[in-house]
Amino acid sequence: MMNMKIICNGAKIAVEDELSLAMFLRGKGLDPDTVAVACDGAILARETYADLRLREGMVLEVVRFVGGGASC
Amino acid sequence: MLTIAGRTFTSRLIVGTGKFASSAVMQAAIEASGTGMVTVALRRVDLNDPGDDLMAVLDRRQYVFLPNTSGARNAAEAVRLAHLARASGAGDWVKLEVTPDPRTLLPDPVETLKATEALVKDGFIVLPYMNADPILAQHLQAAGAAAIMPLGSLIGTNQGLLTRFQLEIIIEQARVPVVVDAGLGAPSHAAQAMEMGADAVLVNTAIAVAGDPVRMARAFAAAVQAGRDAFESGLGVTAPVAAASSPQSGLGFLR
Amino acid sequence: MFADLQARLAAVSAPEVERALAAHRVGIDGLIALLSPAADAMLAAMAERSAAITRQRFGSTMQLFAPIYLSNLCQNRCLYCGFSADNRIERRVLTIEQAEDEAAILHDRGFSHILLVAGEAPNRLGVDYLEALALRLRDKFAAVSMEVQPLSTGEYARLFKAGITGVAVYQETYDRGIYASLHPPGPKRDFDFRLATPARAAEAGMREVGIGALLGLADWRAEGVALALHLAGLRQHFWQTAFTVSFPRLRPAVGGFTALAPVSERDLAQLLFAMRLFDHDIGLLLSTREEARFRDGMLGLGPTRYSAGSCTAPGGYGNPALPGEQFAVGDHRSMDEVSAMIRQQGFDPVRKDWDPSFQLAVAQSRQVV
Repeated sequence: MMNMKIICNGAKIAVEDELSLAMFLRGKGLDPDTVAVACDGAILARETYADLRLREGMVLEVVRFVGGGASC
Repeated sequence: MLTIAGRTFTSRLIVGTGKFASSAVMQAAIEASGTGMVTVALRRVDLNDPGDDLMAVLDRRQYVFLPNTSGARNAAEAVRLAHLARASGAGDWVKLEVTPDPRTLLPDPVETLKATEALVKDGFIVLPYMNADPILAQHLQAAGAAAIMPLGSLIGTNQGLLTRFQLEIIIEQARVPVVVDAGLGAPSHAAQAMEMGADAVLVNTAIAVAGDPVRMARAFAAAVQAGRDAFESGLGVTAPVAAASSPQSGLGFLR
Repeated sequence: MFADLQARLAAVSAPEVERALAAHRVGIDGLIALLSPAADAMLAAMAERSAAITRQRFGSTMQLFAPIYLSNLCQNRCLYCGFSADNRIERRVLTIEQAEDEAAILHDRGFSHILLVAGEAPNRLGVDYLEALALRLRDKFAAVSMEVQPLSTGEYARLFKAGITGVAVYQETYDRGIYASLHPPGPKRDFDFRLATPARAAEAGMREVGIGALLGLADWRAEGVALALHLAGLRQHFWQTAFTVSFPRLRPAVGGFTALAPVSERDLAQLLFAMRLFDHDIGLLLSTREEARFRDGMLGLGPTRYSAGSCTAPGGYGNPALPGEQFAVGDHRSMDEVSAMIRQQGFDPVRKDWDPSFQLAVAQSRQVV
């Protein structure tokens, strides 16, 4: 049932109840081992992704490395 | 061999991974550069189009990932970005960039020092990007910076070592490796920095936007090696004035 | 280590010296070239370069100071020193009041930089004495430095607060073997403790720290390299401290010690020029141990600070007939005569370049006192 909504990277997204963060990331084509997630402002430890259940109104920020870097 | 925070690198060239036309070109150029450390940036994932995963493209066993805090305008933002980078599994290294002025992208010395102190306390290996200010270099080293990264000239200007005289002082006084960053537009600029005694240089744009990035990476690698060899073997010097070959006056008083 | 340095010095070729002479910056390798026998033939060129750097960095000036000998009591028995406990000389420790009288005489003669000197006898002349004296002198003088027994960081910090702004402590020789042979058992025998003393003074916040070697004890060329390494290490860690270097040559003294490795004026000149080329900002001291002719000739070529009108016996300014001097001076001219010579050569004799009221710690403690 897709009746729960969260905000991820600024966009409202409908997700299944009781979905874990790890499953959510995989569903979006992301490897949980290569992203960092802030949940309601707090940076999460990687080990918690599998057990963390998404809840209504949660605000997620998902970031990862991109090419970039040097100042020149 | 370059040693930063107890880790040794055979190459004294550090390469940025931005602005390459494709992941494949970036991968080939980095390989050709011989580098052991690459800088990377942290960005929000576009959920509709995740694209290539940099960590899948570059082998983390082969390259130390040096995440930067680009985009940070103050110490608090930089510290948060560094923690996010660590949470992304990049390890404890961070290239600290605090650039509040979007026009010049000059690093903020006050906020950079604050962020260095905070991140060192949090166990990070901090390499701050800084203006070529010798006193700031002292403060950053005292705060625990693992290396310092003074700029040669403004980012993206390709003007080379406009800060030469301050860089010389910084290098002379340094207790940690000095990595010259920003403004190195040509291999000759990198060679000059290495001839001066810089421990390493960081290059991105000049390689990434070259007509043939792979070949340009090789050119920078050769220039860095040439400059280092020249420094270590003792450069001949240019005399400031035509030297009188044998002045004899003035010492008649000696007994 | 000394033997290695000597081997490297002997192997230097003329082109290496020329390269060091022309270099924008001279490192340790360059310094070794400049201190080598091969550089002797290029002494005039070294003098020229040293003079140019000195003028650019310090201007056409010469700072002047005078020592005040507080005590000739010493628990050490250094074989070369007139104050050695083994020598039978008249021993004297000035009272605080007597020391103040000596300082007043120097003040009247126009000195505003003074150096408090004492043999090492902490029981008779310790930190309490120095603190009390410094508190009385600091308002009268622009800079009060001291050359006494090595102290702890905390003790230096205490004296800095009382108004002492500079500390000089000379290693005498950087050759461990010779050091051991010249310093019989006693506090001074600990080479490493003495070596770490300048760092403690700098750590305590002293504005200026002086290091040096007593020339005549060991090979002066290797001594110069070792001292430069010491200096470079200090500079790395204490970038806010001003450093000075002194190369006193052994002078005739009670005890009749003769130099183990004599150093000529020409050698001393080479050492001073090389040090200037190695470190453009270092303060170079030349004391009244040297003769007037040599000091007049060296003016402008590298040294930045001369002592003048010095007496090395405690109480000797008020009573010139007093015996008990540390060594015989070589330049007997008064402060005014030395100043006149400096002016005549087109330089400015500087008697004051710092005021203690600029110093926060002193300014604050003065409100409390």
